[in-house]
Amino acid sequence: MPGLDPGVRAFPVPFREDTFMSDSYENDGKAHEQYITQVLAQYPEKFAKRRKKHLSVAKAAEVEPDAPVGEEGPLLTECEVKSNIKSIPGVMTIRGCAYAGSKGVVWGPVKDMVHISHGPVGCGQYSWSQRRNYYVGTTGIDAFGTMQITSDFQEKDIVFGGDKKLDKVIDEIEQMFPLNGGMSVQSECPIGLIGDDIEAVSRRKGKEIGKTIVPVRCEGFRGVSQSLGHHIANDAIRDWVLDKSAEAEWEAGPYDVNIVGDYNIGGDAWASRRLLEEMGLRICGNWSGDATLAEMERAPKAKLNLIHCYRSMNYICRHMEEKYGIPWMEYNFFGPSQIAASLRKIAKHFGPEIEAKAEEVIAKYKPLVDSITEKYGPRLKGKKVMLYVGGLRPRHVMTAYEDLGMEIAGTGYEFAHNDDYQRTGHYAKPGTLIYDDVTGYELEKFVEKIRPDLVGSGIKEKYPVQKMGIPFRQMHSWDYSGPYHGYDGFAIFARDMDLAINNPVWDLFDAPWTDGGELLAAAE
Amino acid sequence: MPQSAEKILDHGPLFREPEYQEMFARKKACDGAASIDATALQSEYTKGWEYREKNFAREALVINPAKACQPLGAVFAAAGFEKTMSFVHGSQGCAAYFRSHLSRHFKEPCTAVSSSMTEDAAVFGGLNNMIDGLANCYSLYQPKMIAVSTTCMAEVIGDDLHGFIGNAKAKGSVPEDFDVPFAHTPSFVGSHIDGYDNAIKGILEHFWKENPVVAGSTETINIVPGFDGFCVGNNRELGRMLDMMGVSYKLIGDAADQFDTPSDGEYRMYDGGTTIDDLKAAKGAKATLALQHWNSRKTLEYAASVNQETASFHYPLGVKATDELLMKVSSLSGKTIPEALRLERGRLVDAMADSQAYLHGKRYAIFGDPDFVQAMARFILETGGEPVHCLSTNGGKEWAENMQALFDSSPFGKDCKAYAHKDLWHLRSLMFTEPVDFLIGNSHGKYLERDTKTPLIRLTFPIFDRHHHHRFPVMGYQGGLRVLITILDKLFDKLDAETNIAGETDISFDLTR
Repeated sequence: MPGLDPGVRAFPVPFREDTFMSDSYENDGKAHEQYITQVLAQYPEKFAKRRKKHLSVAKAAEVEPDAPVGEEGPLLTECEVKSNIKSIPGVMTIRGCAYAGSKGVVWGPVKDMVHISHGPVGCGQYSWSQRRNYYVGTTGIDAFGTMQITSDFQEKDIVFGGDKKLDKVIDEIEQMFPLNGGMSVQSECPIGLIGDDIEAVSRRKGKEIGKTIVPVRCEGFRGVSQSLGHHIANDAIRDWVLDKSAEAEWEAGPYDVNIVGDYNIGGDAWASRRLLEEMGLRICGNWSGDATLAEMERAPKAKLNLIHCYRSMNYICRHMEEKYGIPWMEYNFFGPSQIAASLRKIAKHFGPEIEAKAEEVIAKYKPLVDSITEKYGPRLKGKKVMLYVGGLRPRHVMTAYEDLGMEIAGTGYEFAHNDDYQRTGHYAKPGTLIYDDVTGYELEKFVEKIRPDLVGSGIKEKYPVQKMGIPFRQMHSWDYSGPYHGYDGFAIFARDMDLAINNPVWDLFDAPWTDGGELLAAAE
Repeated sequence: MPQSAEKILDHGPLFREPEYQEMFARKKACDGAASIDATALQSEYTKGWEYREKNFAREALVINPAKACQPLGAVFAAAGFEKTMSFVHGSQGCAAYFRSHLSRHFKEPCTAVSSSMTEDAAVFGGLNNMIDGLANCYSLYQPKMIAVSTTCMAEVIGDDLHGFIGNAKAKGSVPEDFDVPFAHTPSFVGSHIDGYDNAIKGILEHFWKENPVVAGSTETINIVPGFDGFCVGNNRELGRMLDMMGVSYKLIGDAADQFDTPSDGEYRMYDGGTTIDDLKAAKGAKATLALQHWNSRKTLEYAASVNQETASFHYPLGVKATDELLMKVSSLSGKTIPEALRLERGRLVDAMADSQAYLHGKRYAIFGDPDFVQAMARFILETGGEPVHCLSTNGGKEWAENMQALFDSSPFGKDCKAYAHKDLWHLRSLMFTEPVDFLIGNSHGKYLERDTKTPLIRLTFPIFDRHHHHRFPVMGYQGGLRVLITILDKLFDKLDAETNIAGETDISFDLTR
């Protein structure tokens, strides 16, 4: 393979005693500017102009040399690009749709509710069990997370409308799954196009069976990505769940918090919950990984909302602040430096007693963190990473990599908004390549030119990148591993990045009788 | 503290540690969900006949279906043609889902572009999306052909692909003579196998409609493989057998190379597939054969309409089904079946005879696409097994009648039944009330395996949680051998697992079986 030195991959650099925090590197911004120019040249002129606004190189801001990294510190760089704009047709966007954002992300993990994929069979089929939102429960009896439940629209439902069918579907769910805690109606594209009134059906049937039924208008054609689906799903929680919070059974305590925007992928929310409990907080509701409807209903009784995935759930935090006066706070549980900063920030809100406990937690896990960075740091130091994920991780995981001495060469989001790119400036180093709603073509070219040591993105990107001989980890599903949150998760994260990069398979790509794919001259 | 650098626990063991188990218990105590007793009671209730009756009385609700939607089949079909880009007209999320779904099965790249229609296109139609989309796809991905299919959004608003593509060409999106075949693939009609059928028919129509070539002017036989998650192994095996016979044949859509590219440092966006020249010439074939009847009804009807002889099979797997395929090809081509293939057949029969004692009388539940279920049931009957519950969500009435005729043809089919338009929650009731020894299907069957403790044998699409099986054939005599061994491995593993407690059950832990 051209440009690949096998020795670098197989053997770690000698162990050094100093810290592996790689907070001093800078990327080759000039080269990255050129790569942008090169990919744009391939587009028809009109669309080159449009794509140009989504591609950029992080520019250095003026900061003190030892300014802290993370959202508490100053902006290190300026990363802004145009975002949250319609994808261009025909370019192979990696984005999904509003249904994916609502059913797949926000609502799907609520385990004791039956989520109806309302419309044709496909959407529910492709998203069936794919987000790895772990939960404890007996599936099909008192929990329904890994099931595909659909109204399976046929032509007659399109022609005559699907409201009657929905009515019947709800009755049959009650028959089949009487222990369900409620239902949600996740609209697929046709629902909004044929004029069905799912709100009326939901309201009427909810009264009839005495349970919460939430209609969600997350038709796939709405908005430009998953993002509007998150927003619509948040609004549905506001309108159909929180209105019942007054009756919720929960004796409020002084240290009650909600975990918001943690979907418990591979158990992330559990690894996080443990730390919060250890520092003396009580979790009132967990949104929405491993959640029950009751936990969501009682959320307004908490003292503080802790939000991990800002992009998908900031809406409901803002609403609860406005309506119930509950403050909210962002935190980052990827990698030890941000975990510690977040624990301290959260503790500060509750005063000295909790602050002291937070310090105890940080101290308790320090030996684990040290042993992990000692073990994996030497094997990973200086390795370059490119990221392309959804709406949070492209900035939140950067410091986890840097905690292991790795460097971020490029990052971008599928469905971020302007405020996400602003926040990215708290993490990204100068010269980092920034790409919004990257196309298949652009990502392939950027990866080919930068040739990072690791790419972190999704299933659609995994195999093309690996074919190029570049290690890859799925950063949506944790590549079937995880958790990656919390200290327990950091250990797994470090191990996974090492096993991806340092596996011997990457050295087997070239047949020995060829030189980078070209047949060697016949032996004399 | 459960985690340490020396021994890093994965999620499985990590969450079984006491710290987590205690946390789960604390959470359960106040989560407002059903009580443990109520759950246990309902859990038992779902295993009985009364629940089964309610379950089968469902009219509207579908739970865990074994089918996908039409455009998935169209995207799979397009992957079988040389340098062809799939263009999915409608909402963009669909294209993302199809790509993910196929990649998770094949562990391979899967490409498709979308015309990314949103609210404004819902109101005004997606013509501009088609015009811009074709232009961008053409310049970025440099395909030789763009195969268009539709999502339900475009179908509901009634976008007219033929008119749109003509319009886009007039606007210069792609050259006038560039090939843009298309198929309307509404997801609210049929399933992915119909989408496959529509897409293949659309491609053939595109190349055959104004094509002067006369059917029967060549000795070639066209073969339409159908939607097949094992296409990588099967298409190559089929080719090997036909090459041994010296038959002139062309696969109409062959995704074997596209979904099996090597790792050598180069990412091949396109690899292999039926060429445009071969597609044009295929009109001159004397016959078109479909390996999966229920996947290819419209395609075969079209082939017959251009005066080709047609015939169809049900996923030729096992002894007699392979015999029939080879004999049909032999009679069409006039080529004899070589001795080498007779020997291969004999080796498969030999293996079946060696293992028959273990297979005789075993009971199976089988689910999947209609042709696969038909094929699998037939092979199980050949081994002396009983395909007791045969279920196909996308199988119809006619399929169920075919299945009944199959059962009636063998004494082992006496107590067997086919269930059309039923889902895996129906199958759960069947397996609890009338238990079987093994379940044959795809990865979605793992929930049935967990609930009913019936071992699952993964032999059809999609297989997400086992790797690389699709790289080996299940069709033909060689494929039959592989299916046989897969079943036997599961059977013997189960036998050993049931007899491996020292001093307790290991009386029967036999070294030789």
